Amino acid sequence: MEHQTPSPDTREHLVVIGNGMAGCRAVEELIARDPTRYRVTIFGAEPHVNYNRIMLSPVLAGEKTFEQIVINDHAWYATNTIELVTSDPVQAIDRAAKTVTARSGLTVSYERLLIATGSDPFIIPVPGKDLPGVISFRDMADVDHMLEAAGKGGAAVVIGGGLLGLEAAHGLTLRGMKVTVIHLMPTLMERQLDEAAGWLLKSALEARGQVILTEANTAEIVGDTHVEGVLLKDGTVIPASLVVMAVGIRPSVALARDAGLEIGRGIKVDDHMVTSDPSILAVGECVEHDGNVYGLVAPLWDMCRALANGLTDSHSGYRGSVTSTKLKVAGLDVFSAGDFSGGGACEDIVLRDASRGIYKRVVVKDDRIVGAVLYGDTTDGGWYFDLLKRAEDIAPIRDMLIFGQSFASGGGAADPKAAVAALSDDAEICGCNGVTKGKVVACIGAGNTTLDAVRATCKASASCGSCTGLVETLLAVTLGDEYSGERLVKTMCKCTSFGHDDVRREIVAQGMRSIPEVMQKMSWSTPDGCSSCRPALNYYLLCALPGDYKDDQQSRFVNERLHANIQKDGTYSVVPRMWGGLTNPRELRAIADVVEKYDAPMVKVTGGQRLDIFGIKKEDLPAVWADLNAAGMVSGHAYGKSLRTVKTCVGSDWCRFGTQDSTGLGVKVERMTWGSWMPHKFKIAVSGCPRNCAEATIKDFGVVCVDSGYELSVGGNGGMKVRATDFLCKVATEEEAMQYCAAFIQLYREEARYLERTAPWIERIGVEYIRERIAEDPEGRDALAARFLFSQQFTQDDPWAARAAGEHREQHAPMARFTPIDGTREMA
Amino acid sequence: MIGEWLDIGWVDEIPVRGSRTVQVTGGGDIAVFRTGDGKVFALADRCPHKGGRLSQGIVHGGAVACPLHNWRIALDTGEALGEDKGCTPVIPVKVSGGRVLLCRTATMKAAA
Ligand SMILES: Cc1cc2nc3c(=O)[nH]c(=O)nc-3n(C[C@H](O)[C@H](O)[C@H](O)COP(=O)(O)OP(=O)(O)OC[C@H]3O[C@@H](n4cnc5c(N)ncnc54)[C@H](O)[C@@H]3O)c2cc1C
Ligand code: SF4
Ligand code: FES
Repeated sequence: MEHQTPSPDTREHLVVIGNGMAGCRAVEELIARDPTRYRVTIFGAEPHVNYNRIMLSPVLAGEKTFEQIVINDHAWYATNTIELVTSDPVQAIDRAAKTVTARSGLTVSYERLLIATGSDPFIIPVPGKDLPGVISFRDMADVDHMLEAAGKGGAAVVIGGGLLGLEAAHGLTLRGMKVTVIHLMPTLMERQLDEAAGWLLKSALEARGQVILTEANTAEIVGDTHVEGVLLKDGTVIPASLVVMAVGIRPSVALARDAGLEIGRGIKVDDHMVTSDPSILAVGECVEHDGNVYGLVAPLWDMCRALANGLTDSHSGYRGSVTSTKLKVAGLDVFSAGDFSGGGACEDIVLRDASRGIYKRVVVKDDRIVGAVLYGDTTDGGWYFDLLKRAEDIAPIRDMLIFGQSFASGGGAADPKAAVAALSDDAEICGCNGVTKGKVVACIGAGNTTLDAVRATCKASASCGSCTGLVETLLAVTLGDEYSGERLVKTMCKCTSFGHDDVRREIVAQGMRSIPEVMQKMSWSTPDGCSSCRPALNYYLLCALPGDYKDDQQSRFVNERLHANIQKDGTYSVVPRMWGGLTNPRELRAIADVVEKYDAPMVKVTGGQRLDIFGIKKEDLPAVWADLNAAGMVSGHAYGKSLRTVKTCVGSDWCRFGTQDSTGLGVKVERMTWGSWMPHKFKIAVSGCPRNCAEATIKDFGVVCVDSGYELSVGGNGGMKVRATDFLCKVATEEEAMQYCAAFIQLYREEARYLERTAPWIERIGVEYIRERIAEDPEGRDALAARFLFSQQFTQDDPWAARAAGEHREQHAPMARFTPIDGTREMA
Repeated sequence: MIGEWLDIGWVDEIPVRGSRTVQVTGGGDIAVFRTGDGKVFALADRCPHKGGRLSQGIVHGGAVACPLHNWRIALDTGEALGEDKGCTPVIPVKVSGGRVLLCRTATMKAAA
């Protein structure tokens, strides 16, 4: 000990276990209130004085030195006559004798004991976890290890894409290592960020050269005497000479548990941080208060205040904390606070500024902020957090809340129109095209009185669209009552100001690859869209990126997700494919067996000449498919926005009128087109002569065989509004008929809006256009057909077979089953 | 002694923006949802409109769209949103150590 007191110190002895953030802060608070009351001894497991743990990330990144992050140096301990025992962890507490014993054997008696042991990093129990080169990210020693490894260069794997893992990955990248982050969840920092912000973060990190593997599960850490790599459950091996595990922390409670203190998830404490033993206190990450444990510093400060108040006999206690987080990675501004999960009574106010890479989401409930996620611009994080903690009524500033503090309080303008009106003429409105307010106003003045006219003329809001709201406000301000506020183009849904065509065009033009990317780049106003835009976006991406796009199951309507038709009682109907409407005894027998085996209450011939088995339970679907597959039958896609059936007549083989083999052609066409996803359901028919028994002239694509060839017609529909087809053209051979069919389907797939059948589509664009593209443009037709056939190679897999083999099994089976033991008592 | 919380499995077993069901013998199913930002909710698997299986709907924000007629139901209150009126029983859920726990009394009541 550095400081010697001349006479024996008779003050009450407070022993602190843990020389970390909370332990020392508690002592500081205590000294601030009454410097004379306690004699203090602090035990620390680490060799250091008290330092700022959260600054380890900047130390790793080379932005700070250890000296710069010391909170209390040796002089502080000396001045306050605090005895500091370093590198000597306490190993036992004897509550009866009121002593603690450290590893060195040193035993000290206490009157009050404060446990502030913090957390232990969680180490996932995989083989190889104990190999040299596998470390956690918790203290200065870990940082030293990482720096040493980084000095040798090479590759590192960080397991865990949370706050800590990403900060470690950032530091190691700056130190020159090739870093791969393995994250179990679909998006990074899923506890702090929503999917949209998580996606932006991932893109930004990838742009910095890190490899981010989401939904990746570690199976094993490989190596002989030192780590050599990480093996994932899917078989991938990532070579690495350093593995950092940052998958979470657990309150460090072993010592307290051995001493017999009451433990929950952490050491249980009351509002003054007193444990189940009145002479023992606990503070920091190692405690559980009112059912909560915390892993951030802000709550510790509150706890330390409450603790010091208790120890100095003043009474305000700890009431729990609301927390906020920031990622400390230079150039990546990420902030999150409170609860942003939304819910019924919650409203999301979302701002996406694609050109500046900004995403802001504020969740409001009953005119109070309950949560916020900010990405790219976090300047207002503190302001939102403050409004949240104070439960301030935000109704008066609601319209401008999302623009931030300076905007919302600027000039006392309680009206977004006034705020926009107050902008100077050279304020930039459209970042993408560099259009100022002055230019937009001039453009409106010149007679462009709609959003689309403004877009067409001065280009404001014509690119990413994030300034659409501003331009609309400018229209309203400039035109006053003249501005109707109505868009000419109907928007896709309430989540966006763009129409379907704009979205499709931009997906292709900007090469967008995922739903979150579209939502960000096109400024969606909701965090994850709605049940109308998500299925549409999923389809557009699927169509634009055949073979590449990863289908999003959760953006599909239940019928497509379960590959069967949902019926009103919650059971499903199943329609196996019968090529061209043909069947045989084996198939019929298999269907009959399924009907009996699964107790299907009804079998029916559909309008498209197929057999529909009704009343199958969700959990039986995979077994039904397996049975039908065994008889050689595949899914009829009767549930999908996809090619349904090709209806045929008997044609020249049997019919005395038949001119061509309509059945054979129907089978070929179905073999070519099955499995294709479309904007809406799609039906084809082939009739053998103009008597048209297959009703080909009310199908999306119809073929009527005649003596001299094949008459092709399109856009027919037997639905709510019956529409006969438009004649497309006549061709001479089966091959041509097939090629025209493929080209037509592809044109429809690429250009129609989601949920638009061919009939309204053709009425909208005119059949002339279709003729130009298909009948009169041989090269264009070839290209369309080629694109169709190319994409078909990825989708002509029977979805039933995959499901019967166990894919997405979880969608069919319940997660758990319960049988009440005693109904009456349980339900009381 | 019957515990008040039913342990039904790991959070990861519920797809993000998706759901799973829990079967109660002799009663209706419970639908357990996981939202885009990882929160877990449970409702009786029964739309207040005509009994559609909410578990089969599309989850977006804090709501689910019923697969039958597209009513939107708030996951935290069970209330139909927008113009529609109706309510589905809500079952309190806890997530602890990655496990999903359902309130037993509410589960049995909702399934009855
Ligand atoms: C790299 C990193 C970055 C972080 N970034 C942030 C951030 O940006 N924002 C934020 O709010 N939080 C952040 N945190 C979390 C924050 O550091 C903790 O919340 C805080 O340090 C907890 O304080 P504590 O005193 O409870 O635990 P610690 O600070 O961990 O202190 C506990 C101390 O007790 C010692 N100890 C344990 N057992 C014994 C024993 N038996 N005997 C003696 N000594 C013992 C330990 O060695 C340790 O020094 C970060 C953490 C890390 C590791
Ligand atoms: S369409 Fe012509 S060929 Fe086909 S079954 Fe009818 S009459 Fe016979
Ligand atoms: S049953 Fe749910 S919307 Fe009709």
